[in-house]
Amino acid sequence: MLRVGEALIEKIHEHGARDYPNECCGALLGNDEGANRTVLGLVPLVNQRNDSPRNRFSITADDVRLAEKEASAKGWELIGWYHSHPDSPARPSEFDREHAWPWYSYIIFQVEKGEPREMRSWRLDDDRVKYQEEGIEFISSVPR
Amino acid sequence: MGVKVIIPTPLRQFAGKRESVDLEANTVAEALGSLTSQFGELKKHLYSDDGRLRSFVNVYVNDEDIRYLQKEKTTLQQGDTISIVPSIAGGTE
Repeated sequence: MLRVGEALIEKIHEHGARDYPNECCGALLGNDEGANRTVLGLVPLVNQRNDSPRNRFSITADDVRLAEKEASAKGWELIGWYHSHPDSPARPSEFDREHAWPWYSYIIFQVEKGEPREMRSWRLDDDRVKYQEEGIEFISSVPR
Repeated sequence: MGVKVIIPTPLRQFAGKRESVDLEANTVAEALGSLTSQFGELKKHLYSDDGRLRSFVNVYVNDEDIRYLQKEKTTLQQGDTISIVPSIAGGTE
C-alpha cells in the first residue's frame, strides 16, 4: 500500500494539468516500511523528451541523482516516480515496462482534456514480465 | 584492481541486500560481469536479451559517465567506485 497525503496528490495533479498536453514527471520521496510505503515529499522534474513529450517522458540520470540526494538529505528514500498519461488510461504501457525496475513505485495518472482524473500506482514484478497494482491510500495528513 | 560497485536501492534485493560489492576487475565490463555472475538475478535488470546494457542503465566510474570514457572497456584503477544509476523513461502506447 502506498500512502499519499492529499496535499501531495494535489501538487501532482497541478503538475499534470500545467504540463498538459505533455506528460509531466517527478520523483516520490518517502519511507519504505516493507509492505507499506509513505510518500513524504515530491521532486517535480522537467520532462526531457522534447521530441515527443505528449506520449513520452524522460528523467535524466543527473535528475535521478539529484532526487536521491534530496531524499537522503531529509533522511528519506527515493521510493518511486510519478508521470501523467495525457488522454490515456492510468495503466503502464509496454514502453513503461521496458524502462522500469522492480521495487520502485510508479504512480501513473490520467489527465483528460487538461483535467486530472484517475490515479493508480504500479510495481514491476521481479521477473520484469508484468506489473502489479499497488493500492493507494489517500490520507488527509502525513504522519511524521 | 580492487574496486567497489554501489548497488542502487531497487536492485539491492537481488544482491544479498548489500549497498555495495567489493570485487577485482580491470575494466567496467569485467566488474559488471563479476557482479552479475556473483548475483545472477541482477543480470536481467541491467542487460537486455541481446546482452547489451539496457538503454536506461547508466554507469559511472568515480562520477564520470562511461559513455564519455571508453564505455564498458573503460579501465579501472585500484580503489575506483562504480555507480549504477537509472534514467527514468516511459509514456503512453
